[in-house]
Amino acid sequence: MTAERPHLAVIGAGPAGLAATLAAARHGVRVTLVDSAPEAGGQFYRQPARELGARRPEALHHEWRTWERLRDGLRTHQQQGTVTHLTDHHVWLVEQHSGGFTVHALLGPEQTEPAEVRADAVLLATGGYEKVLPFPGWTLPGVVTAGGAQAMLKATLSVSGRTAVVAGTGPLLLPVATGLAAAGVRVAALVESADPRDFVRRSRALSAQPAKLAEGARYAAQLARHRVRTLIHHIVVEAHGTDRLEAVTVAALDGAGHVRPGTGRRIACDTLAVGHGMLPHTDLAQGLGCRIDGVAVHVDDEQRTDVPGVWAAGEATGIGGAALSLAEGHIAGRSIAARLRGVEPEPHGWAGAARARTGLRRFFATLDEIYAPPAHWAEQITDDTVVCRCEEVTGGAIREAVTGLGAGDQRTVKLLTRAGMGWCQGRMCGSAVAGLIGCPETAARRPFARPVPLGVLARAGETPAPEAEG
Amino acid sequence: MAGAACALYASRAGLDVTVVDRGPVAGGTTGAGEGNLLVSDKEPGPELELALLSGRLWAELAAEPGLGAAFEYEPKGGIVVASTPEGLTALADFAAGQRAAGVEAVSVGPGQLRELEPYLTPDTAGGVLYPQDAQVMPTLAAAHLLRASGARLLTGWNVIDVPRGADGAVRGVRTDRGEIHAPTVVNAAGTWGGEIAALAGARLPVLPRRGFVLVTEPLPRRVRHKVYAADYVADVASDSAALQTSPVVEGTAAGPVLIGASRERVGFDRSFSLPAVRALAAGATRLFPFLEDVRAMRTYLGFRPYMPDHLPAIGPDPRVPGLVHACGHEGAGIGLATGTGQLIAQVLSGKVPELDLAPFRPDRFAPAEEDA
Ligand SMILES: Cc1cc2nc3c(=O)[nH]c(=O)nc-3n(C[C@H](O)[C@H](O)[C@H](O)COP(=O)(O)OP(=O)(O)OC[C@H]3O[C@@H](n4cnc5c(N)ncnc54)[C@H](O)[C@@H]3O)c2cc1C
Ligand SMILES: Cc1cc2nc3c(=O)[nH]c(=O)nc-3n(C[C@H](O)[C@H](O)[C@H](O)COP(=O)(O)OP(=O)(O)OC[C@H]3O[C@@H](n4cnc5c(N)ncnc54)[C@H](O)[C@@H]3O)c2cc1C
Repeated sequence: MTAERPHLAVIGAGPAGLAATLAAARHGVRVTLVDSAPEAGGQFYRQPARELGARRPEALHHEWRTWERLRDGLRTHQQQGTVTHLTDHHVWLVEQHSGGFTVHALLGPEQTEPAEVRADAVLLATGGYEKVLPFPGWTLPGVVTAGGAQAMLKATLSVSGRTAVVAGTGPLLLPVATGLAAAGVRVAALVESADPRDFVRRSRALSAQPAKLAEGARYAAQLARHRVRTLIHHIVVEAHGTDRLEAVTVAALDGAGHVRPGTGRRIACDTLAVGHGMLPHTDLAQGLGCRIDGVAVHVDDEQRTDVPGVWAAGEATGIGGAALSLAEGHIAGRSIAARLRGVEPEPHGWAGAARARTGLRRFFATLDEIYAPPAHWAEQITDDTVVCRCEEVTGGAIREAVTGLGAGDQRTVKLLTRAGMGWCQGRMCGSAVAGLIGCPETAARRPFARPVPLGVLARAGETPAPEAEG
Repeated sequence: MAGAACALYASRAGLDVTVVDRGPVAGGTTGAGEGNLLVSDKEPGPELELALLSGRLWAELAAEPGLGAAFEYEPKGGIVVASTPEGLTALADFAAGQRAAGVEAVSVGPGQLRELEPYLTPDTAGGVLYPQDAQVMPTLAAAHLLRASGARLLTGWNVIDVPRGADGAVRGVRTDRGEIHAPTVVNAAGTWGGEIAALAGARLPVLPRRGFVLVTEPLPRRVRHKVYAADYVADVASDSAALQTSPVVEGTAAGPVLIGASRERVGFDRSFSLPAVRALAAGATRLFPFLEDVRAMRTYLGFRPYMPDHLPAIGPDPRVPGLVHACGHEGAGIGLATGTGQLIAQVLSGKVPELDLAPFRPDRFAPAEEDA
């Protein structure tokens, strides 16, 4: 059956998945693009640019044109029948078997009906999820994640009249603060814990990516225009309120990363958007047995994982922004197209993308050092601060498991306290638990990327496999 | 778990105990299994005797102030269900033998089964109720027994050698963080017990047998006992390397239903296996049809310490003076831990152990037998 195009399943229709889909489809591969969202675009094209662009076309920045190119390319390939885009498909497992791969999904939003896709190769382009570190009061209504704030903008077109504080660390805080301000929210402060001296120390590494710096400068200018006060080297030490958020206390950090006594001040607000960066989605990769380095999926120069037939690209392999995801996706798509036809790929065909990838990875490695959470953030967690929200496990219970019962890692703490056993399976509290124990953060094993009804599980893969070719 | 129980009973017998583990508490198989304390799945013989002794000891520990609640002890009883009349006959014969060995086993008809377990499938031929079956939360049990023992706990210490003196007797253990001197070394290294034995110069054939467990979303209590299908009993005693599954379904204090466990001999392969987990789900939904729509939240796996004849190694190693084994409990190491700890403590304090240790002798394997 040589006339038939080889079949690739791409999981995730963000920048990485889209770039890969188009590159592979252009080079003779039939692609099924699977994503849990109702539309293509992933975190980036789904989120702020789109919302702003819809109302203020003049605010479109150059990423918007990139997105239009990807969207149009997808549409063309769909019309030609070379790409199928399955929306609202929540993948809970990718299974490898003698005939190739089966992608097991649940149809949204209820996620009860199963759907299966068989393919010769898979690309994992599942992106990342937000990391939030707890502090007293973080469970109050009105405290949201950075991404949650974006969703809020999206859902309620009029959010004006609100007062927000944006806090935490990382480059995402800038677009979140400007997005809120542009939508009419009063942003009382942007609270960033990073130490400005770290920027100066690493200014050379940063200036190697002028486009990225310009992006940052654009955001800074917008913040200035909206008169948003920026507090660098500060953290939120507590959120106040009885039924919902009323105010936050912010304080300055000292050179060692401790809260500087006497610097606390109260800022009234009804919304607090917090974020401490992103973590890669590694569940599907782990289910396939792919090597994980720290918290990210390990890949080689061609974006191949160590499991033959499985590629990974974008933030699943490390957090690095949309442009890096695009470059990695493109390389993966080209590599897959060649290898599925049984030929050795020619890397000079993607030299531009490879150069961009090298530079951006270096840039984000530097950002990671700058935007690491303050060394002693866990000191803010009091013994009665809830750390695991699903199972309502407090900081005190976790400390007791470590000092009193001999726990030494995330897994034992989970078993002794139930922290991380609830609905989110530790996606929310994993970083916090690691910080409290004082152990390095690792990717937890979650073979199911989504909860799956037992009835579906009991019949998974029962549809007979088509005869393996070759 | 085995090490924690040995530490508890040895300390209580007046010995000075140090517990050494390369990981955290319960970082081995104990943190990767379930906490069924079963007599129902055991045929008359030495393992059943150990299970009966252990069951009594678990109940005694649970009655100590605070301890039972701390490790979530639940004497909830087990129910074994037969789906066919032939299966029921076999089950009834099996139960009769157990009764003669001191097990409480009550035959129940299909109607009565539904009274005991209202959500059970109506398609059963009948079953047997085992009131002595109970449950603990293994990680909590290990941690709390260790704490109650008062033993010195050294976690994160990897044993790299078991040095022996000129007389051939062990002198303690050497770890990556220093040497610990002791006249007696108890090998409670579970699935890795063969490695510790080898460091002391003795062969002990402990092999890994992989198992998966499925955990559902939290539910109001709908499964009251430990419920499993009669074919489970056949699996436990099996020598086959191939996958066998037989779902033990049970509710937990925290709400989720646990479904486990599969049995495969695939070495230390940590990769996920859909066939194994699918079979668990299929078996569980056959027993409890309402589970069809209940979601599995997660699945985990562990490696049971498996010995060729399915019996643990308990007691002094005649080949190496001072070396004592307490490992190889396969799929019952939680349940059998207390009895094991008690027997080890009796041996170490020079008493006659209350069970005959001959069937558990660590040197019982001729080299050829292992590869059978
Ligand atoms: C609020 C916010 C603002 C940002 N602003 C900027 C910015 O200004 N500049 C910049 O460069 N970057 C920005 N980013 C980062 C940017 O969005 C990401 O770098 C980029 O989207 C990563 O692309 P990706 O393709 O790797 O993953 P994603 O865009 O995250 O796409 C992953 C896709 O996979 C899908 N998926 C995941 N798991 C499954 C599953 N199990 N089954 C089915 N589908 C699944 C998801 O639904 C998603 O659509 C921002 C991000 C956020 C959240
Ligand atoms: C899926 C599954 C379900 C199960 N269900 C049940 C059940 O319902 N009921 C039941 O009774 N049993 C059950 N079991 C079996 C039970 O979990 C085991 O028999 C029991 O945990 C074994 O305990 P252990 O203390 O001997 O071994 P482990 O818990 O593995 O402890 C051995 C310890 O030795 C340490 N170690 C190893 N090598 C070294 C070294 N060189 N230096 C220092 N330390 C070392 C390890 O770190 C480990 O902590 C199940 C097992 C599995 C896998």
